[in-house]
Amino acid sequence: MKFKSTINAFNGRKISDIPVFFSFLIGAMLMYIWWLVYSFLPTFASWITYNLFQINKGSHIGASVEFFLYDTPKVMMLLFLVVFGVGIIRSFFTPEKTRAFLSGKSEFAGNVLAALLGIVTPFCSCSAVPLFIGFVTAGVPLGVTFSFLIAAPMVNEIALGLLYGLLGWEVAAIYLGTGLFIAIFAGWIIGRLKLEGHIEDWVTNTNAASLSMEEEKLSWNDRIVSGWDAVKEIIGRVWIFVIIGIAVGAGIHGFVPEGMMASIMGKGSWWSVPLSVVIGVPMYSNAAGIIPVVEALLGKGAALGTVLAFMMSVIALSLPEMVILRKVLKPKLIAVFIGVVASGILVVGYLFNMII
Amino acid sequence: MEIKVLGPGCAKCSKTEKIIQEVISETGADATVEKVTDMMEIASYGVFGTPSVVIDNEVKSVGKVPKKDDIKAWIGK
Repeated sequence: MKFKSTINAFNGRKISDIPVFFSFLIGAMLMYIWWLVYSFLPTFASWITYNLFQINKGSHIGASVEFFLYDTPKVMMLLFLVVFGVGIIRSFFTPEKTRAFLSGKSEFAGNVLAALLGIVTPFCSCSAVPLFIGFVTAGVPLGVTFSFLIAAPMVNEIALGLLYGLLGWEVAAIYLGTGLFIAIFAGWIIGRLKLEGHIEDWVTNTNAASLSMEEEKLSWNDRIVSGWDAVKEIIGRVWIFVIIGIAVGAGIHGFVPEGMMASIMGKGSWWSVPLSVVIGVPMYSNAAGIIPVVEALLGKGAALGTVLAFMMSVIALSLPEMVILRKVLKPKLIAVFIGVVASGILVVGYLFNMII
Repeated sequence: MEIKVLGPGCAKCSKTEKIIQEVISETGADATVEKVTDMMEIASYGVFGTPSVVIDNEVKSVGKVPKKDDIKAWIGK
């Protein structure tokens, strides 16, 4: 792609030598090219499918191929933009700053703040344990720590970017709102339950040296570089999930009859919400893989609440994460954690099936 | 010189170890690299994220794959 090679060329030079206004100018130009390519995608997908491949219009395979050829570049381009933007925002936040911000905060305000910071603080589930220890030993309340640990994986830039791109801003906003709601209340409830005794003993005995790394001074150009690094790292990791997800979605789109999902995942069946949570919790995928599938399911008559519940339980709770957290949490606390978050997801699922 | 890479075994952690090994063999520095995967030991350094790099008991970087130039500066090359 053209804009990629441009960025690469510009990345190769010493970036701090480039004046800031010039970087912004290049940025604006690239945005314009991005937008041109993006608006051309539907025409491009249908031309390849029906003219180049000569597939009959209206056939199942045609619908699938067109869906795949349209959604893959669309999702990739949106991801590119969102990950880049969030990468820049994240350069303003570090786990250290977030912790300093959260320690000593009162209970409820602390939960709200922790959930919000969970969105913008750089986080990877492999860092969940040291982060947990760092927070708890620094006097961040347990419930507040959980609000952070729930929000960080669930409400992330990939999920929001994909939802916005594939299902519109309303669904993205609903996801953001309900995700924060679950993180805040689940954390608050865990805090109220006074489960501090169910953290593994060695954690509380750890005399974690409070480490103060000196603050790095970052210029705007450095932040642009970290946005670009985020793109390379995250897209490099998730692209395969995106393509598999879209391929499955394309299959559903072309071959599953209209309205079939209405009977299984529709509003009428009360058991569909708990069933999607039960199926979703042990499943391990990231937002990038699950959202294209969700889009296709919605198109075939699945109810929004049910689909939302499925998506959240896949992204927020996963078996590998529980195995990691088991090192610091006793089984009862893990069970409470899963129970509280899963109940929150259930409530959200039923709520949306009722409203919409 | 004693270099420790703290990390439970995520992709970035192995990358960090590899890049440090590369720098050592490029510069011929006199250093050993050890990978620390035990959570308790990692926690005792007070770091928040992995991978982290500790050189002679001093934490040099936290939660990211360090750049080659940074590593060279740490080991004094």
